[in-house]
Amino acid sequence: MEKTISEVKPKVFGVLAEFSSPKDVYHAAEKVRDKGFKKWDVHSPFPIHGIDGAMGLGDSRVGWIALFAAMAGCFGGFGLQYWINMFAQPVVIGGKPLNPYPAFVPVTFEPGILFTAFGCLLGMLALNGLPRLYHATFKSKNFHRFSDNGFFISIEAKDPRFNLNETKKLLEDIGGRNIEVLED
Amino acid sequence: MILHRDDDPTRRPILVETGDFHEVTDIITLPAESKPTATWVILLLMSLSLLSVMVGMIGYLFWEGTGVWGVNIPVGWGWAIVNFVWWIGIGHAGTLISAILFLFRQKWRTAINRFSEAMTIFAVMCAGIFPGIHVGRIWVIYWVFPLPNQMSAWPNFRSPLLWDVFAVSTYFTVSVLFWYMGLIPDLATFRDRATTKIRKVVLHIFSLGWRGSARHWQNYERAYLILAAISTPLVLSVHSIVSFDFAVSKVPGWHTTIFPPYFVAGAVFSGFALVETLLIIARQVFGLQKVVRMHHLDNMNKFMLLTGSLVGYAYGMELFIAWYSGNVYEKFAFYNRALGEYWWAYWIMVTCNVVIPQLFWFKKIRFNIPIMFIITIFINIGMWFERFVIVITLHADFLPSSWGYYRPTWVDIWTYIGTFGLFGTFFLLFMKYLPQLAIAEVKGVMPEASPHFGDAHHAPVGAKSGANSKGH
Repeated sequence: MEKTISEVKPKVFGVLAEFSSPKDVYHAAEKVRDKGFKKWDVHSPFPIHGIDGAMGLGDSRVGWIALFAAMAGCFGGFGLQYWINMFAQPVVIGGKPLNPYPAFVPVTFEPGILFTAFGCLLGMLALNGLPRLYHATFKSKNFHRFSDNGFFISIEAKDPRFNLNETKKLLEDIGGRNIEVLED
Repeated sequence: MILHRDDDPTRRPILVETGDFHEVTDIITLPAESKPTATWVILLLMSLSLLSVMVGMIGYLFWEGTGVWGVNIPVGWGWAIVNFVWWIGIGHAGTLISAILFLFRQKWRTAINRFSEAMTIFAVMCAGIFPGIHVGRIWVIYWVFPLPNQMSAWPNFRSPLLWDVFAVSTYFTVSVLFWYMGLIPDLATFRDRATTKIRKVVLHIFSLGWRGSARHWQNYERAYLILAAISTPLVLSVHSIVSFDFAVSKVPGWHTTIFPPYFVAGAVFSGFALVETLLIIARQVFGLQKVVRMHHLDNMNKFMLLTGSLVGYAYGMELFIAWYSGNVYEKFAFYNRALGEYWWAYWIMVTCNVVIPQLFWFKKIRFNIPIMFIITIFINIGMWFERFVIVITLHADFLPSSWGYYRPTWVDIWTYIGTFGLFGTFFLLFMKYLPQLAIAEVKGVMPEASPHFGDAHHAPVGAKSGANSKGH
């Protein structure tokens, strides 16, 4: 298809390269990391052991979200029972205290677990920017293999060190195949 | 990282014979991408008929009232709670397999975790029906939840029955979240292989745009780890709370501190039995012999031997304490269980739960599929009778003048049978349309998944595979 010079060029999202094994992509990732790239990613059908180190990633923050959710659940559960029994509906049963806190343990514990579970799933999705039904990588004709037996590295054009030709060359040098330029 | 911490790259996991990731994808996606088999359609139709029986029975119950059941004073709790405890106990093995075995880095769990998680969800659905429908005035079932209402009345938070509401609904929700989270990467695999428009759209939505990013995997694995870590105490708490329904009351034979651990052990026991029953069938029907290997079944048999022995110990300890306590009511309750009008139920329980599983001491039996299949069926029957024996203690309480005999009605029986239809329908749909095994996790435990695979300082992979793969 011919294009005239007046046509606006589609924006380049980045470059995608395929690798054949977890080992290859792992060592390639170390080299991309050492070049100082920040906006790039590795795509694999399963989590590769130690890839976060090879990419120079920090620790996941899901745990903090889960912790806050757990606290909210426990305090919420206990607070609800305490408020109901002390204020909303104070009924003395069998001469027992209004606030028999050992009896409140189950409904303190269970909401704690429930909120933590939601915190984990929703926190994980939020940190990952998911659900996201469109992504430039989905336009690639090779990328569908990431969920089967393909291993990919994508480097985004937003990275300050990105230079279309040099980045393509870099990915080739570190063993990448099927190098593609992705349009956004 | 998922399942990698104890990685010994010299040893091919017993899980997968193939070293090819693509072959794993092909094996696991095959049932979902091929036409339904005749066996599957027949089983689904049978399940649907039973499901409609259940719906009919529940409709009749709502129309007529709980009088259509056999419950009456002195036995105010009949089959409904027996079925509830039985189903929820079955569900517990699923969580245990996926959570506890995950925390202990037991790689073999990947062969069975997806099944058992699915089984948990469907079993808890079956369980939840009974407390839901037994209330009599179904139109005010929302009273079990602490919702503000025009009477300014709140539920009684000192009652174990209310704790049960929270425990079971939390358990169901967390099981669904855990299961769905495990499914996300696998749904992405299905999406990327989809050929029809409708499959593409549906799978695209449910896989949430997953693109296997290492940055995403990092958060995903951490979240999965925390979910596993909280599911473990959750599963113990749920069945402990179920046992509180009995233990917190003052009925002889129920008011004992042994109940929580004894119920948990029994739950794991029956759950493993049902997982194995289903696994043996699924393995044959869907040809999963390459992934679900004899070694896994052997491990499960050992688990059943252990938990069955724990249950047997609990039975013995109950009898001992009844005698040692010197309490006449307690003594009578156990004498009556073993030798009273319901002696047959007690001895079915002892035979199925304590005697028969002892056969698993023999290696030949642990590796014999037809025999282990029969044993698991016996365990399931035995564990149903265990709950029956406990509940039926009510028939002879403190005053002989109020003793009675309990019989289920046809509605009781068909409602219970109908729940198998509910379970079967969901299970068959799951087996056909969703990944039966966790694709990403199976790949993750293969030696080829290691970034150091084939490095010089490791012994050749597969060297010991013959020694480790018992059977086929």
